[in-house]
Amino acid sequence: MRQRRPVRRWQVGSLEVFTLVLLLVMMFRSQLVGLFATPAMQTWATIFVAIVVQAMPFLVIGVVISAIIAVYVPQSFFDKALPKNPALAVPVAGMGGAALPGCECSSVPIAGALVRRGVTPGAAFAFLLSAPAINPIVLVATAVAFPGNPEMVLARFVASALAAIAMGWLWLWLGRSEWIKLPARPNMSGMSRPVALAATARHDFIHAGGFLVVGGITAAALKVWIPAEWLTALAEQPVLAILALAALAVVLSICSEADAFVAASLTQFSLSARLTFLVVGPMIDLKLFAMQLGTFGKSFALRFAPATLIAAIGASALVGWVLL
Amino acid sequence: MNRETQSLLMLLVGGAALRISLTDVYLRYVKEGLRPFLIVSAAILLVIGAVTLWREIAERVRADRARSAGPAAAPASRYDGKHRAEGGCVGSGSADSGHGHSGPWVAWLLVLPVFAIFLIAPPSLGSYAAVRTGTSVAAPASTDYPPLPPGDPVPLTVLDYATRAVFEGDASLRDRTVKLSGFISPRDGGGVRLTRIILSCCAADGRPVKITMVGDLPPRLPLDTWVEVEGRYDQRTDSDPANGEKIPYLRVSSLREIEKPADPYEE
Repeated sequence: MRQRRPVRRWQVGSLEVFTLVLLLVMMFRSQLVGLFATPAMQTWATIFVAIVVQAMPFLVIGVVISAIIAVYVPQSFFDKALPKNPALAVPVAGMGGAALPGCECSSVPIAGALVRRGVTPGAAFAFLLSAPAINPIVLVATAVAFPGNPEMVLARFVASALAAIAMGWLWLWLGRSEWIKLPARPNMSGMSRPVALAATARHDFIHAGGFLVVGGITAAALKVWIPAEWLTALAEQPVLAILALAALAVVLSICSEADAFVAASLTQFSLSARLTFLVVGPMIDLKLFAMQLGTFGKSFALRFAPATLIAAIGASALVGWVLL
Repeated sequence: MNRETQSLLMLLVGGAALRISLTDVYLRYVKEGLRPFLIVSAAILLVIGAVTLWREIAERVRADRARSAGPAAAPASRYDGKHRAEGGCVGSGSADSGHGHSGPWVAWLLVLPVFAIFLIAPPSLGSYAAVRTGTSVAAPASTDYPPLPPGDPVPLTVLDYATRAVFEGDASLRDRTVKLSGFISPRDGGGVRLTRIILSCCAADGRPVKITMVGDLPPRLPLDTWVEVEGRYDQRTDSDPANGEKIPYLRVSSLREIEKPADPYEE
């Protein structure tokens, strides 16, 4: 029974803003196109659109699965599926990540849905971090990209699982639930289940999608404007090389199904440094950080992202030293 | 951002995704294999956008009817204002009216890829990206290359020629005329290279494969022109300033301009 008139009287609605934006874009179309006439801007636009288009199916799959969890899967399912002891639930959820073939864009909304469904956050985060890195598709892609080094597949699996489980346990030890601020979902009482599914999926898509665009913009800009020679200079220092490739993984924000091929092309770097690239990328990058910001809130993302980065670098340095 | 706008935005994004995946435009950004997933996800976005928008409009019509039903609606309105002040705007109370819940401001950015696709339609990666990224000739698992298929000239991919030339010299290329196609990129220190970008997933991971062309070349070859060349192995190599990898040579005997292929990338 709520009415909109009393509010609309003093506030321009977003529908009006939307119409205005569309009109302005149409009016200044040729100027906008002119801005993108240089090769650098065109390359930026191509990479930006490519990142968004590549991620779109995975994001849509992710929000649909997360909406199905929210609407159809009862909480009791997760109570049965995961061990009661949170410390045991973390590794189980972490290894469960292997069952979700997809990349990191799907795992953020799904992890959000798991937390809402009462899964202990540590376990949900272990899943969030491991799923994009250790699923069969990604491991096969890694094997194809490193035909001469099958040990890379094992190293990637072990280091990613290690870092994900360590982060889950770290959350159980130090994490506080008040850091997590899930955006309120619309009240779905009175909706039929399919409509509730659509409303939930729209909500998650709108929240994660905008941040995906932020990540795409940034990653494309860095890819176009960071000189490649800087990387070559860094590759000659063993420790700096590892840190440099960790940083590169964060800024490039490449889909975990593709990152192995990029790592394989970074031939001037050692295998250990390239392993770091493969472990860090699926766990934390600009796009993921932006999406976590949108899904779990600022207090969470600002703590979780740096800790994840350190855990991922640590795990891959350790595993790289033992295995590679 | 209110809920109608959220639904409209989903329709726009879904429409843009559908538009590029029903034509060959998507091949500028991603690989062919993604197409079915792209179409399905676009359809899901369109369905969700339409269902939720239809519901918002139905709700609005119902609310308008209730208001015009007479003074009985006035108390509800006053109550509503109070409720809003207490509950904030996020998903509170009678949320199904659809005007209280606002999405994050950042969701507005979803219009950017839509505008980029419809207005700019960015081209596939070309010489600008190729110069900035090192040539990509990954060492093969074994050094035993199968002999070249029969044919004179024999059509090869740029990657196949470059890998053979870099890792086995003239072993299989000797005395054979090859036919390659790609676009023109500049050689540092003068000259031109035949270039093709290979994708493993999307244009963000595009890696160029470069071959320096010598021999019978037209005096002026504008960058990013697509050409088909025939030529033979030449033992010289360059070092790519971007990553230090070897760039093989091709002695060109004939060259003709071609249309940019539908799929501008190699596997």
